[in-house]
Amino acid sequence: MIEKALTGSKGYWAWMIFLLAIMGMGGMFYTQQWNYGLGITGMSRDVTWGIYISQFTFLVGVAAGGLMLVLPYYLHNYKEFGRITILGEFMAIAAVIMCLMFILADLGQPIRALNVMLYPTPNSMLFWDMIVLNGYLFLNVVCGWAVLHAEYKGVKYSSWVKKLILLSIPWAVSIHTVTAFLYCGLPGRHFWLTAILAPRFLASAFAAGPALLLVVALIMERTTFFKVGQVAKDKLVTIIGYAAIINFFFLACEFFVGFYSNIPGHMHTLEYLFWGLSHDGHVYNNLVPFMRASVVMGIVGIALIFVSRSKKSDGLLAASCVLIFLSLWIDKGLGLVLGGFVPNMLEQVTEYYPTVPEIGVTAAIWATGFFVLTLLYKVAISVKLEKES
Amino acid sequence: MKKDRRDFLKIAGLAAVAGIGAPSAFGSLLRGSDEALAAAPAAGGEEAAKSGKRLGMVINVRAFAAQPELAEKCTEVCHSIHNVPDFGNPKDEIKWIWKDKYNNVFADSSHYKRPGGLAEVPVLALCNHCDKPPCVRACPTKATFKKSDGVVAMDYHRCIGCRFCMAACPYGARSFNWRDPRGKDENGNPFIKTLNPKFPARMRGVVEKCNFCTERLAVGQIPACVEAVAGTGAMFFGDLNDPNSEISQILSLYYTVQRKPSLGTYPSLFYII
Repeated sequence: MIEKALTGSKGYWAWMIFLLAIMGMGGMFYTQQWNYGLGITGMSRDVTWGIYISQFTFLVGVAAGGLMLVLPYYLHNYKEFGRITILGEFMAIAAVIMCLMFILADLGQPIRALNVMLYPTPNSMLFWDMIVLNGYLFLNVVCGWAVLHAEYKGVKYSSWVKKLILLSIPWAVSIHTVTAFLYCGLPGRHFWLTAILAPRFLASAFAAGPALLLVVALIMERTTFFKVGQVAKDKLVTIIGYAAIINFFFLACEFFVGFYSNIPGHMHTLEYLFWGLSHDGHVYNNLVPFMRASVVMGIVGIALIFVSRSKKSDGLLAASCVLIFLSLWIDKGLGLVLGGFVPNMLEQVTEYYPTVPEIGVTAAIWATGFFVLTLLYKVAISVKLEKES
Repeated sequence: MKKDRRDFLKIAGLAAVAGIGAPSAFGSLLRGSDEALAAAPAAGGEEAAKSGKRLGMVINVRAFAAQPELAEKCTEVCHSIHNVPDFGNPKDEIKWIWKDKYNNVFADSSHYKRPGGLAEVPVLALCNHCDKPPCVRACPTKATFKKSDGVVAMDYHRCIGCRFCMAACPYGARSFNWRDPRGKDENGNPFIKTLNPKFPARMRGVVEKCNFCTERLAVGQIPACVEAVAGTGAMFFGDLNDPNSEISQILSLYYTVQRKPSLGTYPSLFYII
């Protein structure tokens, strides 16, 4: 089955070589980081996690988002998703691989990473995150591959696969819940210390994951004979649209609690993210343009995605999915993690700016994810088209 | 019918096992702080484990107000014996004990029209050696742990450098080795001015913090900062649970405060303001 990835059009090979080039460039930057230490990044004593961990957090959502295709198809027997469920599972694989790479890139002593397993520590949420992420990767690799291979052979998949698929449904919820627990259980970090952090993560995951999937699927419709199907598209619009609306509703709840209660600790980070935080005569606001853009893009994206459905416009659908995805990426892939460190524990402000090597490594990990994704989608689409022709 | 009964028994059995297992599983999530669970929640951090040894410290801010140079002295002696590097910039900074402004160390306490000069007094900040340390709860490898005497210690050789403990510490007491502390700057000056061979220098990529001079305690000495200000009444050190210890006497004589007591970390550091 893997041989399907070894033949392709010129465009396919150009894309793969382009991704490999970015991966190579990032590899060189990572060598620099390996030799110098994490001081090569923009992180500091005050902002101790940067874009590596924020990308990780966001991508856990993308991985969990696959649930929105697996659940209707396998649990509710929603046949229209039959053609794209595999895309959700394979996207989860690529996203979890990126998550694990971002964690490794962020470790000060990556060669000691296995200490997490050698000295299992159930009171640490990172220990559980290791378990749920690796478990989710395993489940999706096994289920995705087994189902596709059965289709390739023209038979129905074995019954044990169904059991693992059913297990993968609550497991998807667990990966993002545990990832939220990394943050929302820390005393003193008021911005993260909110009981709706896990629900917020899930809402944004269920919008961002399917949005990315739909964009990729629309690109594949243009470049191959693969078709998502109008009914499936319309259903995805409902899922993405409502999940994004719930995400913004949760954000509004955070604003209400922070500003109506008037508790300074609950307002500071929101002020820093959306208006700028005044401190010692200086206004710190380097994330404000991004966060405002996130809100605007999110709201415009939600409006457009429903318009695109009534007009049956693929172009508009793709544009609205890109807007929603970018909005949620800024919200979680930048603001949530970086904002939590401002102000610091002594109410001082240090702003964070990623460095060139840091951005290079980040780009390379994204490229690796897209490389894996392309490879898997190439196999999946080839098998599906072969069976249908 | 028979099959139904067997199924029922199976489910009942599983439920019973889950019922027994659940509380202990939940308890294991909160480990690293189990002793203090019995403490009264309303006490706002003043209460703590009542049995066993619990080392603590009193910092007399009034004494530091009278002799501001003492604070610098504490930092110097601590950082030199513990091989704490000086990178000369705040981004890479590593510090175990340092002076900061009252408004920052006690960021959540309000003093409308403060008594003269409190804002300018150097207030020492260091690890609070919490009785319920959030850093210990967060660490995925037990590289940071609480000793039986109450000291929150670190194993620099096990730390993977994930910095979860730095996010978890509400006091900003932890530092990370963003670059090689044993290295040199562009001019060839080592970051560690003079290496103390009696204490290990750290390597790149691990977290570190004040260890209450656990290596000195082991040979019967008191923490270096307390020794450095001996005779001034600026710092006191001892077992909080021993009613006859000097520190217990001080705590019962003076009105003391802790940093962020509302977070339930039960700091073992007390300040006389």
